[in-house]
Amino acid sequence: MRVSRVVMVLVCLIASIGMVFAGGQRQADTIKIGVAGVHSGDLAPFGLPTVNAARMVADQVNSAGGLLGRQIELVVEDDQCAPDVATNTAAKLLSDGVVAVIGHICSGATSTALAIYEPERLVSISPSSTNPALTDFPNFFRTIAPDDAQAALQVAFAVNELGAQRVALLHDREDYGRGLAEFARDYLQEAGVPVVLFEGITAGAVDYSAIINRVAAENADLVIFGGYHPEASKLVDQMRSRGLNTAFMSGDGIFNDTFIDVAGAAAEGVYSTSPKDTGDNPIALAAIQAHVARFGEEPGAFFMNAYAAAQALFNAIEKAGSTDYDAIIAALRSEAIDTPLGRLTFDEAGNATGVGFSVYQVQGGRFVQVSD
Amino acid sequence: MNWELFWNLFFSGLTRGSIYALLALGYTMVYGIIQLINFAHGEVYMIGAFSALIMVGLFTYLNFPVAAIIVIAVAVAVVWSSMYGYALDKIAYKPIRNAPRLSALISAIGMSLFLQNYVRLAQTSEFLPFPRILPTFGFLDRISGLSSSQLIIFITTAVVMVILTILIKFTRIGKSMRATAQDRTMAMLTGVNVDRVISLTFVIGSATAAIGGVLISSHIGQINFYIGFLAGIKAFVAAVLGGIGSIPGAVLGSFVLGMTESYGAGYISSDYEDVFAFVFLVLILVFRPSGLLGKTATQKV
Repeated sequence: MRVSRVVMVLVCLIASIGMVFAGGQRQADTIKIGVAGVHSGDLAPFGLPTVNAARMVADQVNSAGGLLGRQIELVVEDDQCAPDVATNTAAKLLSDGVVAVIGHICSGATSTALAIYEPERLVSISPSSTNPALTDFPNFFRTIAPDDAQAALQVAFAVNELGAQRVALLHDREDYGRGLAEFARDYLQEAGVPVVLFEGITAGAVDYSAIINRVAAENADLVIFGGYHPEASKLVDQMRSRGLNTAFMSGDGIFNDTFIDVAGAAAEGVYSTSPKDTGDNPIALAAIQAHVARFGEEPGAFFMNAYAAAQALFNAIEKAGSTDYDAIIAALRSEAIDTPLGRLTFDEAGNATGVGFSVYQVQGGRFVQVSD
Repeated sequence: MNWELFWNLFFSGLTRGSIYALLALGYTMVYGIIQLINFAHGEVYMIGAFSALIMVGLFTYLNFPVAAIIVIAVAVAVVWSSMYGYALDKIAYKPIRNAPRLSALISAIGMSLFLQNYVRLAQTSEFLPFPRILPTFGFLDRISGLSSSQLIIFITTAVVMVILTILIKFTRIGKSMRATAQDRTMAMLTGVNVDRVISLTFVIGSATAAIGGVLISSHIGQINFYIGFLAGIKAFVAAVLGGIGSIPGAVLGSFVLGMTESYGAGYISSDYEDVFAFVFLVLILVFRPSGLLGKTATQKV
């Protein structure tokens, strides 16, 4: 018993010394990139596809000679989507000597980690954190549109394409719907378009005719609704059956076939914003094929965003010619790259330009893209 | 003052009131007879809507004329829901008829959850489109703010209320019901088959809920397993507001609730729609504890 324990300890010691040597030896000729996000628990499906994407892009770059003549080494760390765990994850990545991080996944964890990376001058590029406030960090970049981009697009489309003069904003009082309506209100005020109504409705109620009468009485020419499809279909249906033909617009919460099935004829002409369709992008198609070949299944959530993030980061390091913080940031902003999400660079705030939402309209029983 | 908005809100209130009334009738009848708040009543309404949906789908596929489809759908929904109402009483309430009232209440909540989840598993948790089977009247085009389905719901509620009042006031079974409501033991002693009366009350209440299920679903255009819950709660509030146990009270309470919600949402803010309804409920119960038309039950010690 005692002997075996001593042997165990010895084996462990030798093994760890070996690892230290191995690590020290490899540090010289690899570029370490952190991949952080949620890899365990309920939310793991949101984080693991990013690891796959980073591996696939890194292997491609490595087999083509690597970055700046060195091989990429990924350091994968789990933050469990928890801000307190993300503190440790970020510290671990820093001590491992990574030069940049792909991640994190959840907005809360990303925010905590960014606060640790910022003084250490470390770039972090997230495939999935949509919270608008994250752009306050100068070291933050993302390949997904922020939450307020959807409202910005809705308002731009309403003002420029539909010529809306009097807008009624309705929401279902939930985080997503209310947030969307509030952003839309801010953008409408900026554009100088009067918001004639800003009201929450009860989700699941049987009848919305009272609020619809308000919309009619205020002579609104457009209703923008923040919420999900069950309420949207009731609203638009009761508007149409009352003879009110005011234009109706909503977000990705109604962008599904159930909305069209349930609202039926009333769905015709309804506008909805939704993430841009990347279905016919050749890089996206190739990435899906490679993923199926390597992992035996279709890629999961945020895979394309993560793929684009990895491509953009490696490209920026290559173009910058070094792993220097300022050089990487300058390259991210100036060097465009073709990704599954289209050709993109990053703006001053760190948001990817060209990544975002499109406006769709229900025509003939299906959503048809009506903006680029 | 904007009279058009005023009248439009009036019609909205009327529609909501009628919707609540069709459900509140069932709550109030059952309560009147056995002092049980039948929380599963909203689920019976939901089951009525689902059986009508299945019938409409089936007979539309078989190319039946629209009028025939409406009649068949309503008839099947009424019969099917009544069977559920009958079985509900026999399975969940009758065995504990003499237990404390709290036991029956818990049993009712249990049946409500059971039926919701049963429909969710047996059918789907998705929202399903409910076909517009109600006819459209051309003459309503000139009246803004009132659709044909609203008018049909309103008329049906009025007719159902009149029929129920006649049934209870002037028929033999109505007399037995009133007797059972007043004093169950005494009614039994005078030869009233109390169990039959209670079963019949459940059947009638479920039938009105099924009619409501078909009309309201056709008006809204969509159903899922959860529609009975919120509608049931509101209808229950309306029944209490009007004086639970009283048929005209349930209808009056429903219209008061519907009007309050509609004018509250229309003139103040729809954010606080539910708040108005419940503030109004509290105010009325402070001044009339047994509801608008409820009888004050004096306990003799």
